[in-house]
Amino acid sequence: MRPAAGGRRRREISLLPNHVILILLWIFAVGPLVVLAFNSVKKTAELGRNPLGFPRDIVLGNFAKAWEVGNFSTTTRNSGILVAGTVAGVLILGGMAAYSLSKLNLPGSGPLTLYLLVGTSLPIQLFLVPLFFTWKRLGLVNSLFGLILIYIAINSPFAIFLLRSYMIQLPSDFEDAARVDGASEWQVFSRIVVPLSWPGFLTVGLVVALSVWNEFLLATVFLTDQNLFTVVTSYANFATRFGRDWTLTSAAAVMMVVPVIVIFLSLQRRFVEGLTQGGLKG
Amino acid sequence: MSASIDLPRVSAAEAASARRRALFRRKVVPWLFVVPVLLLNVMVVAGPAIAAVYYSMTDWNGVGPAKWVGLANFQELAADPSFRHAFRNNVAWLLMFLTVPIALSLGAASLLAPIRRGGMVYRMGIFIPYVLPSVITANLWRALLSPDRGIPAALTSLGVPGFDRAFLGAPNTVLPTIAFVDNWHWWGFLMVLFLAAMQNIPADLYESARLDGASRWQEFRDITIPGIRPTLVFMILMTAIWSFLTFDYIWILTQGGPAGASEVLSVLVFKQAFQAFRAGYASAIGLTMSILVGIIIGLFGILRRRGWEI
Repeated sequence: MRPAAGGRRRREISLLPNHVILILLWIFAVGPLVVLAFNSVKKTAELGRNPLGFPRDIVLGNFAKAWEVGNFSTTTRNSGILVAGTVAGVLILGGMAAYSLSKLNLPGSGPLTLYLLVGTSLPIQLFLVPLFFTWKRLGLVNSLFGLILIYIAINSPFAIFLLRSYMIQLPSDFEDAARVDGASEWQVFSRIVVPLSWPGFLTVGLVVALSVWNEFLLATVFLTDQNLFTVVTSYANFATRFGRDWTLTSAAAVMMVVPVIVIFLSLQRRFVEGLTQGGLKG
Repeated sequence: MSASIDLPRVSAAEAASARRRALFRRKVVPWLFVVPVLLLNVMVVAGPAIAAVYYSMTDWNGVGPAKWVGLANFQELAADPSFRHAFRNNVAWLLMFLTVPIALSLGAASLLAPIRRGGMVYRMGIFIPYVLPSVITANLWRALLSPDRGIPAALTSLGVPGFDRAFLGAPNTVLPTIAFVDNWHWWGFLMVLFLAAMQNIPADLYESARLDGASRWQEFRDITIPGIRPTLVFMILMTAIWSFLTFDYIWILTQGGPAGASEVLSVLVFKQAFQAFRAGYASAIGLTMSILVGIIIGLFGILRRRGWEI
């Protein structure tokens, strides 16, 4: 035991510089968010004198005012519909494709995989312009449904790759037994494979939800009607209109990021896993 | 008819239909599961991408008919000073993203990798900026960098020289400043990826290096970097691609200003397509960007074949 204890002590002493630098980096990452939280509860008058420090009087009225002025009840609903619709579409359609690729021996799966890989590495700027004018002709611009279709198409390759890697690891015994009992492939998929690969579905759902909730470029282009603004595009306008009133913009920002950070912190292992897999698989 | 004649005929028909059903189930059903998402993807990505190649050779304005103009858009592009300026900005941006965040996240991850107790707190805090929407990050830093009330004002009043300026308002500082803001949001993600890769390096490699008296730098260079090489190289490639296509932060913070000083190619596409209504010309810029991204990917492929083990 002795050498181990000695080794540990030696290591902890040598880790002190690590901690010092990491604390500074941690402050660099979290500090601006602390300032944001401070400013969201300051009075406008105080903010002029004290734009970065701890608030002297805490006022919560900024939140109600920002909610009202920023039209948050509408934008939250819009963003919620986009997130829910996209997540549902990606999980169902992407899950089906992943099932086919991993379990059904799809003829032509090689070219299909290649197509999906090439498709994900195309820049949005390449297909954005023709897509916009096609969508306009189809009446899908300024429609949440139209944007959901785009989000599903763009997010599903990642979902397919991640879900396939989950499903491929599932043993085939249950499925084969169900097939012998006369189950259709749809029943095998929905009753056996989906319940067994739920962690994969949860991870995909979280990552897709975050990317849709935060998405800016497509939402700016495809939703120009004020009543259809998302939380993010509306905030961009809001910040331009009330740029000088930091208490209001900070309060609006806090309302937007708190749900995301809470969800992230409580499910962060799944989250990081999904994001890293998404990153590593294009 | 007697049963003895009937029976084989029925079973032959049954066998045929069973074979058909098996064939259907083996060859057709798998495609039924793929078709919905494939159709959607072709409609949103592949179709418009192919259309963009065609439109890049037209004078299309987005609504009316498109007239074929051959390579005129590309000739105009080659002579367009704003295109060349935006391209130079893209290259500068690319170089900033291939150096600063990668060095920062590698350094932080290698400092964090040996820490057991409390490591999670560092990891989560450093990762949080990555989950914020770009509009929040951009506007938060716009406030923090404001010359009259932000950090520069605080530093100036403390007597620190060099901060009494509008970092986002001056042509010579605007691009590095936006890159700084984007990096604040981005490097934590890289760090978490590198950290995950470093934690897979067998600990006894470090033990034996320490017994041999290796310095921290030697450990980093000879064990850590080779140990995470696949992740490192992949993220360098992805950083190159993503940063070349950057749009959000520049658009939100300056819309390419002041006076085009922070314009990049994606901003040009946006302005040409949706403000100047030159969809054909915008498609030509978009196609050029895709070709440039293809060249980046191709360069990596060549390096790999040359035996760079990446």
